[in-house]
Amino acid sequence: MAVLNDEQEMLRDMAREWTTNESPVTEWRKVRAAGDPQAWDSSVYATMAEMGWTGVIIPEEHGGSDFGWLSAGLVVEQLGKTLTASPLVATTIAASAIILGGSDEQKAEWLPRITSGEVVATLAVDESARHDPSKIEAAVSDGKLSGTKKFVHEAHGAGLFVVAATDGLYLVPAGDGVTLHNRSLADQRNHADVEFSGAAAHKLASGGDDLLEQVLDRARVLTACEMLGMAQQVFDTTLDYLKQRVQFNQVLATFQALQHRMADLFADLALMRSAVEGGLQALDAGFRTSQAATMAKAEANRVLHLVSKEGIQLHGGIGMTDEYDVGFYLKRARVLEASFGSTSYLKDRYASLSGY
Amino acid sequence: MATQLDVEQKSDTEAFRDEVRQFIGENFPEELKGQGNAMSAVEGPGDETPAQKKWREAVGARGWGTPTWPSEYGGGGLTRKQAAILNEEFARAGAYNPIGGMGVMMFGPTLLEFGSEEQKKEHIPPICRGEVRWCQGYSEPNAGSDLANLQTMAEDKCDHYVVNGQKTWTSGGQWADKCFCLVRTDRSDKHKGISFLLIDMDAPGVEVRPIQMISGLSMFCETFFDDVKVPKENLVGEEGQGWTIGKRLLQHERTNLSGGGSMARLMGASLSDIAKKYVETDDNGRIADAVLRDKIADFEIRWNAFLLTARRAAEESKAEGGVSEISSVLKKVGTKLGQERAELAIEIMGMQGLGWEGEGFTEAELSGVRAWLFGKATTIYGGSTEIQNNIIAKRVLGMLDHQ
Repeated sequence: MAVLNDEQEMLRDMAREWTTNESPVTEWRKVRAAGDPQAWDSSVYATMAEMGWTGVIIPEEHGGSDFGWLSAGLVVEQLGKTLTASPLVATTIAASAIILGGSDEQKAEWLPRITSGEVVATLAVDESARHDPSKIEAAVSDGKLSGTKKFVHEAHGAGLFVVAATDGLYLVPAGDGVTLHNRSLADQRNHADVEFSGAAAHKLASGGDDLLEQVLDRARVLTACEMLGMAQQVFDTTLDYLKQRVQFNQVLATFQALQHRMADLFADLALMRSAVEGGLQALDAGFRTSQAATMAKAEANRVLHLVSKEGIQLHGGIGMTDEYDVGFYLKRARVLEASFGSTSYLKDRYASLSGY
Repeated sequence: MATQLDVEQKSDTEAFRDEVRQFIGENFPEELKGQGNAMSAVEGPGDETPAQKKWREAVGARGWGTPTWPSEYGGGGLTRKQAAILNEEFARAGAYNPIGGMGVMMFGPTLLEFGSEEQKKEHIPPICRGEVRWCQGYSEPNAGSDLANLQTMAEDKCDHYVVNGQKTWTSGGQWADKCFCLVRTDRSDKHKGISFLLIDMDAPGVEVRPIQMISGLSMFCETFFDDVKVPKENLVGEEGQGWTIGKRLLQHERTNLSGGGSMARLMGASLSDIAKKYVETDDNGRIADAVLRDKIADFEIRWNAFLLTARRAAEESKAEGGVSEISSVLKKVGTKLGQERAELAIEIMGMQGLGWEGEGFTEAELSGVRAWLFGKATTIYGGSTEIQNNIIAKRVLGMLDHQ
């Protein structure tokens, strides 16, 4: 854990307490059972806004606290631990696009409403099943956007889409010319293909040529934070299970073959945490952010993949059941691994950024 | 707003920085710029040049080679902050710390904690001046990972001990002046029968035989003790306290083995730089072999995550005033990555990366081969990876022993 200041510690403790008490995995089970494609509880999101979590990266003049990325990451990590379903990650990523690339008017129009929790926003980039921001065909002419974005996170319930078009990023409010097609993925969360047919689009014109990459870097780091919370939770749950389960008249935790596997995972988790926190700190410092963000998500992908697989294997048959939580983490893990860059995509990007 | 205190502190640090710069300016021989430590843990002493001697003596006299050790025993008596400034200024000037070896890395800190006043006064100042080489008498032919099984016996002869037995893997034993040794003073108790004893390597009955390794080098030795007389005042702590003191010393060893010093030295140029020299690149300067490029990126991401972890462990330890629980993974991960890197470097260079000696190879290529082979020791010594896994599982994760 990075060394935190007082306000960051307070925020993390608050998030930890809230997720533990108010949003354990049983709450996710209730949302899932309700079967609504939105897959998050609007009253829960309103509570998050009341607690100030929607405004952590938003400047004070627009109602936020401007605590920064490390602070935002601390909250998201806690949400990941209990699989708390909410549009907080998607909205924070979209808000960062407005902060980086919006005009004063655009900021004034959207950021206060995002901070208050009134508007849910999300980033829509990919046009195929694999992340590839170099292949964008959605185009704007005369202020009208046409094209289809695939597997958009938290699209159901979103009031604002931040859309990558051929010539830059655009703000597109939900409404006329915006149609959702539900895509139900293994994690049973909120995903949809979003079809834009002549939807009114307003360009984020202030961010420079690499605005999309800057926003994607933030998406990668924040997604990695959710993954960090998940990996930590799977590890902790698995460790607890090994300490309770008895076979051959021995607690499983006493078997050296299992001890060494857990020691390996513990070491990998340490690397993952360092990479993710390094990504957050780079965003706050504005230094070598692309490399740090790419590394953060690459390590998150690698380690969560491993931990989520091992979590099932070390639980044994019981880990295969819906009654146990560990399977939820496996399914969510793969969706997040594919989001904003698979491991191979990120390694390629890391090599290019490093000049080889 | 800067308070009065801040201003005073700032001016203090700046004054210290000036002092260090002046010291370097007056004492650091220009010709040594960019050189490494002449007194490292595993390499031979070589012949000290007059310039190296001058620099060692100058740093040693100030105690700045052991900057945070107490000045009453010859250390620098500096705060951590000042020591950091010292490091920065040495790095800026291309200067190195000429005081090193096992005395600094392991034995000194342990003796400062457990030694008697007389022992500290006798042994610490020569370490600070870089005048004495210490070696470690721990492992034995039948006491490797099961170190407490050691059998070298120190028999009590009233005013002295008589030591008989054999140590092995004594790093730098052939060059050492003194040895800190774990010996058995009681056969009836595995752990409580162990004591921590200091032995002169030139005492009658001590014999050292270098072991030739797969790397062709002989950094390790077998050390034989045949009726070696050791004065009683060379016992550190109490009789039977050796296991406690010895383990404490191993913590210092682990910190040093992982942190960087030795690993970083083995690392050299980045893999991507090596690749650019040895394999084809495309028009954009990318490594043309996509599989190799992927392997390098995969390694460098994990290596950088490791470096961040080492930094985080240091920051956490400093903030919390103890040893961070992730410190336990640094040795295991750092050594594994170091080995992976050496293997990848060979894959990149092909046959050119496997040169043993003679014509047709650069110095860097030849030393890379030896480093690759020597590197296999890193996951075995200092507590093997398997022992580290046991430590993590039991002490950090609370996984119990078999009942």
